[in-house]
Amino acid sequence: MHVTYTCKDGNARIRLLGEIDHHAARQISAEIGRIIDTHLPRSCTLDLSGVTFMDSSGIAVLLRAKRRAEEIDGSFSVEGAGPQIKRVMQTTGLARLISIR
Amino acid sequence: MKAINYISVTFPSRSANEAFARTAAACFAAQLDPTLDELGDIKTAVSEAVTNCIVHAYPDSLGKITLKGRILEGGIVEFVIRDWGRGIADVTQARMPMYTTGGEERSGMGFTIMESFMDKLRVRSSVGKGTTVVMRRRIASRSAGRD
Repeated sequence: MHVTYTCKDGNARIRLLGEIDHHAARQISAEIGRIIDTHLPRSCTLDLSGVTFMDSSGIAVLLRAKRRAEEIDGSFSVEGAGPQIKRVMQTTGLARLISIR
Repeated sequence: MKAINYISVTFPSRSANEAFARTAAACFAAQLDPTLDELGDIKTAVSEAVTNCIVHAYPDSLGKITLKGRILEGGIVEFVIRDWGRGIADVTQARMPMYTTGGEERSGMGFTIMESFMDKLRVRSSVGKGTTVVMRRRIASRSAGRD
């Protein structure tokens, strides 16, 4: 799993590449947290177009990222989620809590 | 129900094996010619079951996990994920959405996903002896008019 990002004019765009499971979750959460804490973005977009698999471990990752972004009064959204990820988000109710573009 | 084909894999409860287990399950199920969505469902459900073993059955040590797969008549694929770990005291409670003993890194949605993504789910557990999860999914035949 790789995490890359750009941050410009207060807009952070974090791109995840690979699979989000329990094995990878802690590292991903830590890296997202570090990016948000470093740049304090007004808006944070998580680009999941490079994520090929996500299970329920990803739910905790997304919720923690959203909480961290909102703690500094920023907005949080997810984009580029493929069908498998959307199905997990919809089944677990996460799609009602997180804005999906 | 008669098995047409079967596999059995044993591996230690290392988190690196989560990806191996779900990929092995998907490869085995592929012989039924599932759609990508069906394969995604199977991978996700197996990943949840194996992760439960790693996180909950063996929280402080490495233990043995087995993944067994069977192809049954009627286009049904069955997976049995078994551990010999701590066990679950109250299976009904454990299967409730949002219930977890895993702290904030866990969502408590693993069993909900397994139930939603598979046609049948059975969980047997005994405290101190381990847990067995049996899941089945019927793969519709393409010749039956599936797109």
